Amino acid sequence: MARAVTTQRKAINTTFAWIIGLLIFFPILWTILTSFKTEAQAISDPPIFLFFDWTTENYSTVMERSNYGRFLWNSIIIAGGSTILGIMIAIPAAWSMAFVPSRRTKDILLWMLSTKMLPAVGVLYPIYLLFIQLGLLDNVYGLTFILMLINLPIIVWMLYTYFREIPAEILEAARMDGAGLKSEILYVLTPMAIPGIASTLLLNFILAWNEAFWTLNLTAAQAAPLTAFIASYSSPEGLFYAKLSAASTMAIAPILIMGWFSQKQLVRGLTFGAVK
Amino acid sequence: MSFKSTLRAATALSLITASSAFADGHSATITIATVNNGDMIRMQGYTDQFTAESGIAVEWVTLEENVLRQRVTTDITTNGGQFDIMTIGMYETPIWGANEWLVPLDDLSAEYDAGDILPAMAGGLSHEGTLFAAPFYGESSMIMYRTDLMEAAGLEMPTAPSWAFIANAAREMTDRDADINGICLRGKAGWGEGGAFITAMSNSFGARWFDEEWNAQFDTREWSDTLNFFKNMMDDSGPAGYATNGFNENLSLFNQGKCGMWIDATVAASFVTGDDSTVADSVGFALAPDNGMGKRSNWLWAWALAIPAGTQQVDEAKTFIEWATGKGYIDLVAANEGWANVPPGARTSLYENPNYQAVPFAQMTLDSILSADPTDSTVDPSPYVGIQFAAIPEFAGIASEVSQEFSAAYAGQQTIDEALAKAQAITNEAMEAAGYR
Repeated sequence: MARAVTTQRKAINTTFAWIIGLLIFFPILWTILTSFKTEAQAISDPPIFLFFDWTTENYSTVMERSNYGRFLWNSIIIAGGSTILGIMIAIPAAWSMAFVPSRRTKDILLWMLSTKMLPAVGVLYPIYLLFIQLGLLDNVYGLTFILMLINLPIIVWMLYTYFREIPAEILEAARMDGAGLKSEILYVLTPMAIPGIASTLLLNFILAWNEAFWTLNLTAAQAAPLTAFIASYSSPEGLFYAKLSAASTMAIAPILIMGWFSQKQLVRGLTFGAVK
Repeated sequence: MSFKSTLRAATALSLITASSAFADGHSATITIATVNNGDMIRMQGYTDQFTAESGIAVEWVTLEENVLRQRVTTDITTNGGQFDIMTIGMYETPIWGANEWLVPLDDLSAEYDAGDILPAMAGGLSHEGTLFAAPFYGESSMIMYRTDLMEAAGLEMPTAPSWAFIANAAREMTDRDADINGICLRGKAGWGEGGAFITAMSNSFGARWFDEEWNAQFDTREWSDTLNFFKNMMDDSGPAGYATNGFNENLSLFNQGKCGMWIDATVAASFVTGDDSTVADSVGFALAPDNGMGKRSNWLWAWALAIPAGTQQVDEAKTFIEWATGKGYIDLVAANEGWANVPPGARTSLYENPNYQAVPFAQMTLDSILSADPTDSTVDPSPYVGIQFAAIPEFAGIASEVSQEFSAAYAGQQTIDEALAKAQAITNEAMEAAGYR
């Protein structure tokens, strides 16, 4: 029997959820507000919340100084490419682990996850030297490949979890109907796991978009994405907080908008199989 | 759209990107890694003029100072060849020059007049007499103070004050009710933040990082005196939370009229007298304090342009360096943006120019730079070059850890004696591991 929820309880829950939501969103809101202030207003103490002379000068300065389009394009290619490539590799991998597990499957999964525990800087020099040898420094393909490798354990883990929720009998039935491996994965498994694949895709796109270690260390002028764009406005010797905020807002805007429109899909995927 | 079509579209998109990147990479272009500060950003604004004059295009990679340091260090130690010019400082230049990672700048044109570079700057950017980086701008540190508050306190700032005077003046100027702190100084952890300040200050108290055998010296009375003096003065007259304040935090406080005095980089002079400052009309300048031991507490630093040995475009890079650090660039900026905005602290001729002499902080900047000697920075002899650092590769790592211990002491998380004992152990251990001891 469903538990009765009183109106008062509902109101308290809603208010609490809004407070938590606003607290989480506040740093982003503050960044956006600061981007419309002058540098003097940005550092004023006590801070000015809403009542200041709104200006778009910071955005003009940033657009004039930086090639925003190139940074944005590189971000799209690197984040999109690494996610798609990762999904293409992870679907067959997760399929085999979920439906034809071996004695070592659990160990392999744990080993894959353990690679995420090593601090990235620990492998910076070997990877940098490899990239020099392969001519991949400051190259979007090199970066796409690295980010795919970094996020692959998460992608495989997520897909493995979703695939485990799909009854193996359905795949068996498809095989009995004559479906080969390719058809089984592409036309039977994938459509059934669309919510899970979509949320994995979105989450990894966001992770790749925000990645700021490899994208800063393996790029220079040509392949630098939006993380480098933001870094170019940070300074320990000079007050450029308003410009930094404008650059940050421009960097997060695309992913924020994408997240807003796809939140239903994201939540559906993340809770897929959570309630039986 | 089917899966195959999506894949085809993604591949096509990637190929277009790659071909455009390939095309860009083969034009006559040099890539410069630099820091995000006012003078460097201003220089980027004149890039088109350089390209028009020389036919050489410029790609800028602008990064925050610590990110830049990590990025260029990775590149130069692996001979990555990502940059044709790197913006580096006085700490890196002699070390990298000694390792032959930089192209010597000993054949610059007569027109460039390398002899005009301030001797202190040229010395700090050379190894065994060979210049390895050309200073774009140089800085020392000095006192910036509020003339109105000093007058209200019934005091007069000497041109070359002592620490005792500064501590007393700070106490007199402090007005907690009016939110005015007598003095604002760096306490933030980091070898380039609070670490730089306290090291320069310690020189004036007779302290040093190492004795001539590379033994750490944090167990000496001089270091104890330095830290106790700093903490007592800041607890009395400094802003709340000073243990986490760096350059930007203090600049913000000073510009809002919340500091009586601020001892920091000379380049800040143009900020505190600029449009964003609410106290621009009442700022005075004085030499960094001393303690009667023959050494002042000012540092010396330069942001300079160097050519990594791995570049294929040495001639183009030298052409740019001659343009950006030459006398012509100073004239260019002065003509367009006024003399107060030219890059300071690099050339002798700038300080002989009557137009620049009229800038309020020009003479004090020069006097501060001239009073700093990286080759003789400590009262007792030391084996290292550098004022606010020791020019050895291990220093940045050690000093970052040591400054964290000091900041913890400022914040009251441990005593000064505990911080010094930890600093002594950290430093000796690292120096032993590196083979100095």
